[in-house]
Amino acid sequence: MDFRHTVKPFILDNFLFTSDGSALDDRASLIRGGIVDSTGVLELIEFLEETYGIRVAAEEMVPANFDSVDTICAFLSRKLAA
Amino acid sequence: MIRSESATFDRSVLDLDLEAEADRIAAGLRETTAHVLHRRGLVVAISGGIDSSCCAALAVRALGAGRVLGLVLPERDSSDDSAARAHALATHLGIDVIEFDIAPALEAIGCYAARDAAVREALPAYADGWSFKIVISGGTRGQFNTFGLVARDPDGGMHERRLGRAEYLQIVAATNYKQRIRKTIEYFHADRLNYAVVGTPNRLEYDQGFFVKNGDGSADVKPIAHLYKTQVYAMARHLGLPARICAAVPTTDTYSLEQGQDEFYFALPYAEMDLALWSVEQGRPAADLARALGLDEDQAAAVQADIGNKRRTTRYLHERPVLLHAQPLREEIPA
Repeated sequence: MDFRHTVKPFILDNFLFTSDGSALDDRASLIRGGIVDSTGVLELIEFLEETYGIRVAAEEMVPANFDSVDTICAFLSRKLAA
Repeated sequence: MIRSESATFDRSVLDLDLEAEADRIAAGLRETTAHVLHRRGLVVAISGGIDSSCCAALAVRALGAGRVLGLVLPERDSSDDSAARAHALATHLGIDVIEFDIAPALEAIGCYAARDAAVREALPAYADGWSFKIVISGGTRGQFNTFGLVARDPDGGMHERRLGRAEYLQIVAATNYKQRIRKTIEYFHADRLNYAVVGTPNRLEYDQGFFVKNGDGSADVKPIAHLYKTQVYAMARHLGLPARICAAVPTTDTYSLEQGQDEFYFALPYAEMDLALWSVEQGRPAADLARALGLDEDQAAAVQADIGNKRRTTRYLHERPVLLHAQPLREEIPA
């Protein structure tokens, strides 16, 4: 499943108020880039939980899983394959 | 400056010449109040905690007791002992003090109702007679911080729930009324007396954004925002403040169940957080912090990362209102 078509528009619309895909590099750090703060991460996780019917455990809530569009998509691939 | 690996890193890095520092702060308060703020005295809301007590004592050292007004502003969830300590401080310093219960104002504005509604979303059984607090977790384990609710029922039973983002935000928003109403009272008295308002954050709180914008974050002068909490305690002892104030454990005094500042906001107890913050400011690696605090290196790295994360998250609290087309302020109006 290509999660990018869901994840990236959510981030663009919800945090950057745009639909312009060029506004966000898929590899860019959302946190260090100041796009998403810790409350924003929780919002993103809630969106993913609702959209994909998953439950993100506390130990999964780490920057390695949620710091860019690429890492979020990789996390979802692993999570839904499990 | 290049630091060697062997450069000192223990609690002594926070040692301070307290008498010289007290003189420096007092001189700064005098100068600022007279020549920058053009006010006749200082208002300090005294909570009974170490920071506001220290600020009040330094204000007295700067301007004399006759030009300092202490305000005690209790509400339903603040502890009686806090107010008692604040009055003891006022007596010790010889300052005028006014106590004003802000609970009716909070009730009228809907603070408690909005807060309790959000708590019941997470814990439907929550009702009168219960007490609760919010706890934060994750940051020290390298995870994003998440928020939990800990509640005690009238029979003493404890209940824990993970808080959803919306409930967490509403509880915080409602609770922030407390700091904002307090600030309104402080400015009433400041305006009435032509005094300035003293803000009481220490360095840790200021750096990490542990304050409410337009609440306790609002002030005309913040005299101890450069002092680590450890240094504030040392200053309070140096200034001879009452022992019960010097021994007070830092709490938020905001939720009905007693809550340490470290379990709500900071990753570690304040003395360790001071050193962690110092290590970040000095660019010291996590391994050095780990050695100083007896943590493993991953934990120390997570604490340092959490400091950076809180700085980013709370940066907007420090921002002035943003002017999109700023005009320079002019000292003089052209004729």
